[in-house]
This record gives sequence, C-alpha cells and structure tokens, in this order.
Amino acid sequence: MTNSASKPTAASPVLPQITDHSRIGIFQGLWPFAIGIILAALMYAILPNAIGQYYSRIVIDIGIAMIMAVSLNIVNGLTGQFSIGHAGFMTLGGYAAGMITYYGSLLLWDSQAKHGGFLGAGDWMFVASCLVGGLVAAAAGYLVGLPSLRLRGDYLAIVTLGFGEILRVVLQNTGKVLEDSAALRSAKWSQLIPPPVGGALGFDAIPKYTNLFWVYVFLTFTVVIAYRLKQSSLGRAMISVREDEIASQAMGVNVARYKVLAFVLAAFFAGIAGGLFAHESGLNISPNDAGFQRSFDYVIMTVLGGRGSITGVMLAAMILTALPEVLRDFEQYRLIVFALLLIIMMLVRPQGLFGIKEIWQIWPGTGRRTAS
Amino acid sequence: MADFVQTLMTALAIGSLYALIALGYTMVYGILKFINFAHSDIVVLGSWISYSLAIKILPVLGLNPHNPETPPPLWVGAVVLLLSMVICGLIGFVIERLAYKPLRRAARLNVLITAIGVSLLLQNVGQLTFVFGSSPQKMPSLIQDRELIRLAFSSGENAQVVVVGLVDVMIFVTSAVLMLVLEYLVFRTKLGTAMRAVSYNPDSASLMGVPVDRVVSFTFVLGSALAAAAGFLFVLKYPTVQQPAHFIWVLLGLKAFVAAVIGGIGNVRGAVLGGFVIAFVEQFGAFYISPNYKDVYVFALLIMILLVRPTGLLGSPLQEKV
Repeated sequence: MTNSASKPTAASPVLPQITDHSRIGIFQGLWPFAIGIILAALMYAILPNAIGQYYSRIVIDIGIAMIMAVSLNIVNGLTGQFSIGHAGFMTLGGYAAGMITYYGSLLLWDSQAKHGGFLGAGDWMFVASCLVGGLVAAAAGYLVGLPSLRLRGDYLAIVTLGFGEILRVVLQNTGKVLEDSAALRSAKWSQLIPPPVGGALGFDAIPKYTNLFWVYVFLTFTVVIAYRLKQSSLGRAMISVREDEIASQAMGVNVARYKVLAFVLAAFFAGIAGGLFAHESGLNISPNDAGFQRSFDYVIMTVLGGRGSITGVMLAAMILTALPEVLRDFEQYRLIVFALLLIIMMLVRPQGLFGIKEIWQIWPGTGRRTAS
Repeated sequence: MADFVQTLMTALAIGSLYALIALGYTMVYGILKFINFAHSDIVVLGSWISYSLAIKILPVLGLNPHNPETPPPLWVGAVVLLLSMVICGLIGFVIERLAYKPLRRAARLNVLITAIGVSLLLQNVGQLTFVFGSSPQKMPSLIQDRELIRLAFSSGENAQVVVVGLVDVMIFVTSAVLMLVLEYLVFRTKLGTAMRAVSYNPDSASLMGVPVDRVVSFTFVLGSALAAAAGFLFVLKYPTVQQPAHFIWVLLGLKAFVAAVIGGIGNVRGAVLGGFVIAFVEQFGAFYISPNYKDVYVFALLIMILLVRPTGLLGSPLQEKV
C-alpha cells in the first residue's frame, strides 16, 4: 500500500508517504469515519454518567481545542505560514452558526429553547448551522489568504492578526439580540444590519446543543481529512511550500494557490469548532474570543505539538486544555508556565515535540513505517 | 474648524507616542528581521515602573503619593522618566541576551514564536500580586495639566475655543527631542553607522570588524528605553494604569507595529511617519466617521498599504534571493 520511505537523514525532514488512492476501496476509505462515529456515540452514552458533568465538559473543551489545533496545523504546520488570527475564524463561524440556530428556532418553533432530543430536528439544525459556520469562516479564510499572493512570513501574520482584531471591533458594534419571534418578524432592516448578535457583551441565549457526540464526530472528520491531506500529493505540495517557497515554485508548485487553499481549509474547520463552541452550555461567545489571546493559545498548541504532526498537536491540545483545570489553584502561574515552555521549546527543540512525525512514527517497535 | 484643530492636536500627541513605540519595532526588525512581539510589553513595563517610582518618590517630598495636593516640581517627572528608561533598557538587554541571542542562526519563525513567549511571560509575571498586580492603578499627576494656548475661532455668531494643554505639548516635545537624539545617533555617530551596517548585512558587517552582538544589544537597549518613555508619556495623558495583560496595551503595541509596517519596517524615519499617519487616520476617522470603529480604520489602512506597497511608504523594494 505504501512505499517504504528512504532513510531519513538529520538534514532532510521525513516526508509522509503517499498513499495510492486508486487502490483504496469504498470501505477502506470510510472505516475511520465509522470508528470515530461509534467512539463518539460510546463517549456520549457512557462518559457523562461515568465521570460527571464537570469532567465531560472538559472532554468537550478538549475536543474543540483539538479541532482548532489540527486545523491551524494545516496552515502553520504543513504549509509553513504563520497565522495568528485563527480564533477569528472560529468566532466568525460561531456567530454564524449561533445566528442560524437562535433565529432559526425562533422562526420555526417560536422558542429559543432546544428542540427535540438527541438526533432530533433541533440537533440536525445545529449540525447544519455548524457546517454553514464553517463555510462562512472558509470564505473569510479565502479573503485573508488572498494577501498571501503578495505577502509572506511576518507580514501575513500581521494581516491575520489584523483580521481577528477587526472582527472583534465589528462584533462589538453589533445590535441587541431580538428576544422573541414577534420581534424578529416585525424587525426592520435597520435592526438587522449590523446583525443583532449582542454587541460587546456577547451572544448569549444560543440554544446549547453541543454534546460529546457531535464534538467528537466533527473531530473525527477533521482529523481524518487532515491526515489524508498530509498523505496526499496536495499535502506534499504544501510541505514543499513550507520547506522552500522558491524551490517549490521552480518545481511547478503554484505556491499562492496552496497557501490560499490551506487558509480556506483551516478556516472551515475552525468555523465548525466555533459553531460547537457557541453552542456549548455554560459558555457565552463574545467578541473578545476573536482577539489574539485565544489565537495565541492555539498557536502554542501547534508549536509545542510539532508543526505538521497531527497527533502531536492533538496531544498538546489535550494537555494544554486539561492542565489548567487540574492546576486551578495555580491559575496565576498557568500562562507563565506556558510562556516558559514556549521559550524553552524554541531553544532546545524548535520543531516541537514530534516535529512533522506522527506518534506511531516516533515510538520504535510500533512503527508503520515498514508496513509495506 | 475648531474641531479640526482640536483633533489635530490630539492626533499629534498620540502620533508621537505611536512613533516612539514604532521606532523600537522598526530598529529590531531592521537588524534581526523579526517582529519583536514583546516590545509592547516593554511599554507596559515602562508605565508600571513609572507608576511605582512615582508613588515611591512623592512621599519623600512630603506629598500624598496617590493624590498630591500641590503639583510636584518638574524634575520629579524628568527623574521618573529617565529612571524608567534606564530600567527598561536593562530589561531589554537581558531579554535579548537570554531569549534571542541563542537563536541568532535559527529560522525566523522560531524567533517570532520565542518573542510571543517572552511577551506572554512579561504579561503574566507582571500580573502576579507581588509584582504589579492585576488591578488598575491611578498614576499620580506629576505634571499639572493646564491651559497653555487658547485659540479662538469665530464661526458664525458663537466663537469656538481650542485649548492646547500642557500635557499634550509635553508629550509632543519630549518625543520630538528623543526622536532627534535617535536620528543623530543612527545617522551621525559611529555606533549608528555600525547599526546600519548590521542591518544591511550582518555577515559582511562582522567581517568588517563591527561587533554584531554588541550592536544588537545596544539596539534593544535603545528600543526599550524609547518604549519606556512612551509608556511614561502614555500614563501621563491617560492616568489609569491598566493591568499588564489588558488589551489596551496590546492594541497600543499593535498600532505602533502597524505604524512601523506602514512607514516601511526597518526604516527609522518611516516609523515616525507611520506613527503620525496612523494617529491621524485613527483620530480623524473617530471624529468624522464613527468613534466605535477607530481600530478598524488602522487595520484596514494596514491591509490596503500592504497590498499596494508591501514594503511600506518609505521601505525599499524587497529583493528575493535564491
């Protein structure tokens, strides 16, 4: 199925092996999704009873953080760009999804409350809204990626940062949420532009649909697609952009196209994560979520996990999300520790914990590297 | 007309603050080619150190540190300014030695990430209760703001008045003096020549006998001292000293960075120009369009300039070498 990779040397990074897609049957192509969905269903059925609501919420937070880290990894890790506005895409997607479920519920069922049980009508509207949130974010990702035709490196980073900050200010200046369906039906156009999503205080009253099942189903899709992207020729082109833009351009890689594509894909998944975030109970999505501070959290995850390593950033996302909960008493010191980790990591192991490799490529004896 | 002049005065004062901070960004970028994300945190340090010094010095003079009844003599302000510049210069030196110097040969992205790490570290160490704490403080007024010039405009039947305050003038004059000193340093002294040589090509400069490490350290000291001055002047104008991770600091730093990019990053005169351009866009946009979106104007201008002229207003076009 795979060719055995040439022996990696210290100087050249280990490129992932290309899978021959023509030989993957329909079943082979779908089984990771099936396993993910089954696992998600099991988690949904078992975890809340087994470990309680509080810890289930942390597991949900971890899932969302993983989606964010894995998607940011497409831009920062695989393609070697430096986006520090990833939370902006997430917030945009979250607001879009929240608007759909909140105002959709008002229009359809005259109530903002959750409608239907597990896999009921409300649930499907929530899933659709997350996907739409992803599409809205992807459109923004296209716009933000466009300057990469002319800009590189640091300048692009500043554009992404500027995007997040602009979004934050724009969201702060939005109108009040319309309370009920009567108000919505009689709303004038002037009340709908800018959209009524709560202004600086945030968009509360979004029905809280997010649960373990949907978070981990979306996580499965994100991870499998990201992994297949990395293994495909598309991913290789992205890695070549990361390694040397000029050389890859000389080899016929359309550098600008892959950069924009990376932005669009990453933003799409970030938008989905935003939809999940906006519908998570106990949270209130607010304009500040679009700011750089949240973006930095995800940047730290990708940097520590290893830029390009999907399992690496997932592990980092898990640790960095769970750690603060464990160390509640040391809240003051949490970010100091993170900052020191970041600095020390850059001094001693700049490629991150796993570099571009996946976990099973690191541990000897469990390697799939010789699987052919 | 009166409104226009008043906005102009504010823009000049704020623009000189942006310019002071932008100078630090641009000098570091010119020499080490990376965005020093921790620079805005030096500004924060500057203002917090000014505050700490002020509430230590005022009791010595027999004044209530938090609310002096009579304005302290002018030299108190000067001493606080100089001391915080010296302290921040030292901190800048230490940061460069510990965090950036080991990465001199590393990829630029790694240095950028380190800078983000340093920035987070400074913010969160500053928030610890035994350092500065996480609640805002009120800077004692070291300089009594008073009416300096009064301009009267008669439009129609009622005359409008523009008041030029002492603090605004102090900010503008202090920044102007500092910028002239820097201009002299960079373009008229041997050290400045060395700085420009390192910025042009560090390897050849070192072959020509320029002590690159010392020049880099000096650049950091200089940039940090200017940032400290900006921090001091900022709390002089807006006396509420916010906690170190507050987003007004980050916005201040971001806008100053935008100023550096718009002027042409790496270009010392460009940073000053950019600082004033940003302040004018921000203040006039806030006054004539809507104050709610004043941050948007700045970033929109940045994106437009980057698309039209990626190297900034005064930057030289980038040559790509394989």
